[in-house]
Parts: sequence; C-alpha cells; structure tokens
Amino acid sequence: MSKVQNNKAWWLVLPVFLLVAFSAIIPMMTVVNYSVQDIFDQSSRYFVGTDWFRQVLQDPRLHDSLLRQFIYSACVLLIEIPLGIAIALTMPTKGRWSSVCLIVMTIPLLIPFNVVGTIWQIFGRGDIGLLGWFLNNVLHVSYNYAANASDAWVTVLIIDVWHWTSLVALLCYSGLRAIPDVYYQAARIDRASNWAVFRHIQLPKMKSVLLIAVMLRFMDSFMIYTEPFVLTGGGPGNSTTFLSQTLTTMALGQFDLGPAAAFSLVYFLIILLVSWVFYTAMTHGEQN
Amino acid sequence: MNLRKVVPLWIYLLFLLVPIYWLVNMSFKTNTEILGGLTLFPQDFTLANYKVIFTDESWYSGYINSLYYVCLNTVISLSVALPAAYAFSRYRFLGDKHLFFWLLTNRMAPPAVFLLPFFQLYSSIGLFDTHIAVALAHCLFNVPLAVWILEGFMSGVPKEIDETAYIDGYSFPKFFGKIFIPLIGSGIGVTAFFCFMFSWVELLLARTLTSVNAKPIAAVMTRTVSASGIDWGVLAAAGVLTILPGMLVIWFVRNHVVKGFALGRV
Amino acid sequence: MAEIRLQQLAHSYSANPSGPEDYAIREMTHIWEQGGAYALLGPSGCGKSTLLNIISGLLSPSEGKVMFDTTVVNDMSPEQRNIAQVFQFPVVYDTMTVYDNLAFPLRNQGMAEAKIQIKVQEIADVLDLQPLLKKKAKGLTADEKQKVSMGRGLVRDDVSAILFDEPLTVIDPHLKWKLRRKLKQIHEQFNITMVYVTHDQLEASTFADKIAVMYGGQIVQFGTPRELFEKPHHTFVGYFIGSPGMNLIEVKPEAGGVGFGGIHLPLAEALQQRLAATKWSTLKVGIRPEFVHVWDGPFDDAMCADVTYVEDLGTYKILTLNLAGQSLKVRLQEDKPVPQGQAWISFPAQWLMLYADEFLLEADASAASASEVPHE
Repeated sequence: MSKVQNNKAWWLVLPVFLLVAFSAIIPMMTVVNYSVQDIFDQSSRYFVGTDWFRQVLQDPRLHDSLLRQFIYSACVLLIEIPLGIAIALTMPTKGRWSSVCLIVMTIPLLIPFNVVGTIWQIFGRGDIGLLGWFLNNVLHVSYNYAANASDAWVTVLIIDVWHWTSLVALLCYSGLRAIPDVYYQAARIDRASNWAVFRHIQLPKMKSVLLIAVMLRFMDSFMIYTEPFVLTGGGPGNSTTFLSQTLTTMALGQFDLGPAAAFSLVYFLIILLVSWVFYTAMTHGEQN
Repeated sequence: MNLRKVVPLWIYLLFLLVPIYWLVNMSFKTNTEILGGLTLFPQDFTLANYKVIFTDESWYSGYINSLYYVCLNTVISLSVALPAAYAFSRYRFLGDKHLFFWLLTNRMAPPAVFLLPFFQLYSSIGLFDTHIAVALAHCLFNVPLAVWILEGFMSGVPKEIDETAYIDGYSFPKFFGKIFIPLIGSGIGVTAFFCFMFSWVELLLARTLTSVNAKPIAAVMTRTVSASGIDWGVLAAAGVLTILPGMLVIWFVRNHVVKGFALGRV
Repeated sequence: MAEIRLQQLAHSYSANPSGPEDYAIREMTHIWEQGGAYALLGPSGCGKSTLLNIISGLLSPSEGKVMFDTTVVNDMSPEQRNIAQVFQFPVVYDTMTVYDNLAFPLRNQGMAEAKIQIKVQEIADVLDLQPLLKKKAKGLTADEKQKVSMGRGLVRDDVSAILFDEPLTVIDPHLKWKLRRKLKQIHEQFNITMVYVTHDQLEASTFADKIAVMYGGQIVQFGTPRELFEKPHHTFVGYFIGSPGMNLIEVKPEAGGVGFGGIHLPLAEALQQRLAATKWSTLKVGIRPEFVHVWDGPFDDAMCADVTYVEDLGTYKILTLNLAGQSLKVRLQEDKPVPQGQAWISFPAQWLMLYADEFLLEADASAASASEVPHE
C-alpha cells in the first residue's frame, strides 16, 4: 500500500521505542561498560580496554562451549527442518482431524522450558521413566543420560526435536496452505509425479517460511539454556554445557563481570552475524 | 485416507503425546508407587499431589505470579504495539526501516546476555522481585514480535477504510477503537497468543528477576528439584498444571493460529 | 476419439442431496463432437467449472457417466485421460524456464529429449514464445504466463481435447483479442476439440461454432450464436445474449392468445393448442428489442406505448417504453424517426416467443424445447 510520508508518526511509535530502548539500550550500555573495565567492587574500577575481549577469545573453555554449540545447532537444523517439512506434508488440511492435529502439535510449544526439561528428565530415567526403563530392560540397551556423555547428547537433541519441530511443521503447513489448488490441478493434468510436485510447486512456495524457520531455529537453539540445564545440569562433565550456560555461570555464578560482559557482546555478535549470513544467502538465491 | 501419509503423522503425534501421558500418569500416583516399580496406569490413583499444590501457598502462588506477569506483559505489549504497528503500516517516517530492523534484532537477543544488566537495572530502580519487572523484561522480545505480527495484519486492511472514516468525521482515537480494531480482531488474537506463549515459557529472566514475591512457577519447580528427596508426584502434578493454561489458550485461538503462522512472522 | 458424451450426468457436492437445489449439475445428457470449437456460457456459479472438472477428471461425478466414445472414463484419473486444461489463473512452474515448462508434460511421459525439443519449438512458434524460451517463468507477464499454460496443453500429441476455464480473465483487455485469435488459429491448425468456458457472451460468440448456455446446473440451449439469438430456448438465454437482452413480460392466457394489462397478443392456432395442453406455473412472452416493430404512426392493431427514455448510441437508439405498465426496450435504427411521447409498436409473430416455466413453448412439439441433445 502506498504510505504517506509523515514524521508525526513518531508519536505513535514512541511508546514502543522507549520501552524497548529501556529494555535493550540501557542494559547493552551496561554490558559494554563492563566489558572494558575491571571491576573489583563498587568503588574501584579500572579501564582495561580490550583486555577482557582478548582473554575471552582465547579462553579454551569458551572455545569448547562454542564448538559444542555450533555442533548442536547444526544437528538441530539438520533434523528439524526436513522432519518439519515432512510432517507438514502429511498434515490433514480440513475436517475435525485437522484441528486435533494442530492442537496436539502446538502443545509442546506452550510448555515452560523447565517443565520440558523435567518431563524428559523423568521420562528418561532408568528407574521411574518409561523411556529409560524400556530401553534398559526391554531393549537391553544401556542408557543413562546422567552418566554417559553420548546418551546425554542424544537425549538433549531429542528433547529439542520434541519441543520445537512442531514450530517448523506449523510454519511449513501454513506455507503449503497458501498454495492455490489450481497448481495441484495443473500438475495432475501435466501428469507430474509426487516428487515433481514437491520439487517444483511445494518447495519453492515454502521458501519464505522455510527461511524464517531456519533462522528462528538457529537463533533459538544457539541461545538454549533451560532444557539441557534441567536435564543434565550441563553434564556429565561439560559435555552438554552450551554457550548460554557458560555465560550465565560466568556472570551470575562467578561474578566475573568483565569477561562475562565481553563474552556477551561476542555472543550477541555471533548470532547477528550468522543470522545475517543465512538471510542474505537465501534472499540472494531468491533474486537469482 | 492415504495410509502412507497417515501412519508417519500418527507416529509423530504419539511421539509428542507419550512423554506428556507419562507425566500425567505420574501426577496421579503416590511417591511409593512411583519409586516402587513401573506401572502404566496408577494402581493407587490419588489426587493428593494436586491437593498439595492447591493448598500449599508456596506452590499455587507460583502459578498466580506467572499468570499475573504473563497477562501484564500481554496487555503492555499489545497496547504499545498497536499504535506503533499502525504507524509502520500506514506511514513512512524518518528512520522507519532502521527502527523496524532494530526492533527485530531484539528478538535475536540471547536472554543470558541480559541477565546481569537486567538484574542490576531493576534492582537499582527498586523493581526487583516484582511482577512488573518480569513483564517489562519480557517486552524486550515480545514487543518487537507484536509489532511485526500486527503490522502484517494491518497491512491487509486497505487504507481506503481509514480515509473513509475520516471523511465521515471520525477522530483518530474513535476510528481506531470503533472501526480499525474490530477489523484486525483475529490479528490481535494471534498476537496475544504468541505474547502469552513466549512469556509463559521463559524461565531464565523470570527467575533472575524474582526471589520471593513474584516467584514464577518455573522457579518453584526448579528449586524443588535442587532440594534433597525429590517429590516426584508433586513435581509431575505441577508440570501438568503448567501445561493446562497453554492448552486453553490454544483451544481459544485454534482457528486463527494457522493464519498467524501463515504470515510467517513468528 | 470422436466424441465426449455425458450420459445422465449429475453432480452434487453434498453427500445426501435432498432436492434439485443441492445439485451443482442437474441431470443432463450431452455430446461434444470431435474437432468442434465450443463455448460453455453462463453466469458465475452455474456449474461451468464443475462440468469442466468432471470432463477432465479432476472431479468425479456423483451420478451418471462420462464417456469418451464408448469407454466409460468415470474412474480414470486426469493423468490417464488425454485431455488438457487451462485454468483461469495462469499456472507456471516458477523455478523452471519457459522451455522446461513446455517440456514438463512430455518429460513426465518419458519422451526422448530430441523429440521433446522438436515439439517444444513447434508450439513456441505457434504461440510466439520463441524469444522467451530461455527465460525463467517467474518474471513473465500475465498473458505470457497464460500462453505458457496453453502451450503445456498443446505440446502433448496425445491430447484430443483442451478445456479452457475462463482463461482470459486476468489478461489486459487490449491483449485479450490477440489471444482469442491465436486460439482460433490453433483450433484450425490442430483440429482439437476445444471447450471454452466463459461468462462473456462476446467471447463465446467470437470463439465458438456452437455455444452451450448453462443456467442453474443445466445446459439450457446448445446452438450456434445465431440460433441462440433468434430462438432462445430459455428465458435466461434470451436475457443473457444480446445487448440489451430480450424483453420478458408475464402474461395470462386469453381467448385467441395471451394478454397482460389490457393488451391482447394473438397466438397461432397450433401454439394455442400446445399451450392448452401444457401444465405451467409461470407464463411469459419474450421479444428482442431488435425485433419490435415501430410504426411511424398509429396503425391497425399496433399497440400504443409511452416513450419514457431515449438513449442515443450513435448508429442506433434504445428506447425505453411503457406498455400497459410493463417496461420494454426497443432498438431503433438511426435512420428511423424517433417517436415523441407515444410510440406505435407491434410484435411480429415469428419473433414473439412464448415461455412456460422459463422454457420455450413451440407449436411443433417435436422441435423439442429444453433438449440437451444437440440438433442442427
């Protein structure tokens, strides 16, 4: 629609601007402030320039955490995106089953993150959990997410798939619903196979929602904190300690404000950078 | 019904439901039964766990606190987002594209980064451990989301309607309230749904900014876990009760949720 | 194939239809002969698209049979029938070039690439798509996209009928006539049966040899544009064809004919007998504005009507008259004098049509009125 140029519109936007600025700019300023100072207590602080940044970027603990985080986010995307698309293709489009399906799929999205962690914590235990008991006693596979690092990894991944695949599926579903029937009819007349229909009609039309799904899942998986923390506390050892947990421990646990602040900035920048890369890559592809 | 399509879908839905069933199952058992052995249905059906939650103030206050700040956040987010979304939808103004983009970047902000600054900020203005603090903190990512979704819905309403109303003599507030808002009713519903969703599920900020008075249910549950001797039954019951508000909300907006996702703006 | 036959075909979208209102297509028997250019004309919602989808196999009829020659094809999927369909909304595969779009149906059939190239070039020639072959389908204009859609239908050599569902709706008016002419050329060149659905009578008459007019789920008349004009079998055909449409007046039977508001209209003996023998609940007469005879002055049996309005349209004028309370439109050639205040008119018997329950009543019962079977 054609928009009218009118700077008085700023009055309408002002409440939002103030509110978000309050929540975003002031804290960010604090973070930047801390990242360049060494703070002993209220009264003694020293400007240290880029010292904290150097320290943070060389910290092996952080390197490990970052690597783990990237692997985790990559796995999440590799599983959830194709799975979400596949589920969206099978979802019914009308009738009572459609509503039931939508509701069941939305349920995991509305469970508080810690409850998600708790559900699987219970579910996966060998003594009181159905899954744990089943794996250990029926399939005779030794499974213990608290003691075994790879079991912990697999469990954390499955939790994320359980929790968030519905989001991808619902986004793809809505993208599919937007395709006019006429396209499918024309494809039938053209004698196209199911795969051809998927490749030439459904997938291209889903591109914009897929872009959003990929970005959201990347961003959110990169920021993940609660679920792995509730499940394993980051363990065994460090095997499931991801970036948010490392940062939180540094900031609130150890109160290393300077390094924490520096790390925060780096963290935020990484997310922005990778999101921007995804975004440009996909929209660039679209323009071609 | 195409079996090749239906079977995978059913497997997936079962995959989603089984852990929840297990939680519900456990919430109706006594601790002795839980620790005694694995049973698919409660042998000793009991409502005692739920009773604990409804009678123990430290439990039910958690729910009330959570519901309170979530509703507060939804109301605040909607009220500030509506005029802003209108501005983005109808007008061009200095810095509008940059402002919009900046708002969206806040959605990408890791809560962990803001933990400490928020903690200090809200303490310094004396709002630590209040519901409004959590509500305001959640605005960081909910308000951009609300503006984004509402702008999408508003752009679907043709400008001619605004112009006709002005010609008919409506003042801006009257037009906005009587004509415009009813037209984007489903958009407001969808936005409220997403605001509720993201605020209800968030733990990190909510826990950091509260201690006693405004302690959300999530914090109550996690603190229970760290205690020795975990009361699994009560924990399970508490978990079930956190899922219920979500299910209610989904039920109310079930027809509009797909439309909201269709804008692809979640 | 030599013909497409619809045998006692009916379709209802509801599972348990209780009455005629539940049917999108009421029972009909109709034959489309091979090689003809047909138009299916009717207002929105009359069932045209439904009928088209039944013929191409996208929809399965709830009753009756669809037959290609002598084979019943009800259960054949669109993939198995050799029919192409062009939709109102141009459908192109955005990610492919125009060449790949045109080649798509052939590749799905497993045709050899070399053959495909020849075929695609041929069709691209016919449709003037040569310069666009390498272009991505996404960036085309609406009419180019529609041509590509048509091309996909033409490129298959096993196609014996093409169905068009209002294909020119999204095209700019100044390009419409070009595409229409192109379609006519294609028809002459390839001799394929073409059924063209439209709600525009002008499009229908310029494209088709024969028009099937559809109303309320039934084909109410099937004939050449001239037949539709001169002898509408249904009041809807009278009203829909022609500009302005036929004048329709409710009448009651009287001795020697019919009448209304004090005006008596004599009918031929045979027609009176036919009327007496027929059961009806509504009775109307119709006469086209072109066929109302306007006398220069008072004459014998001529009826006197008040002139209420005169529209001058250049080469002719439209007069709106009031005849005993009924409004009538009359078309007057430019060289005839315009009656002032009062006009003397008569209805020539050969052009005065009698309609019982909306269907034409004719003196000779064997010249069947509401028949769906085509006649010469």
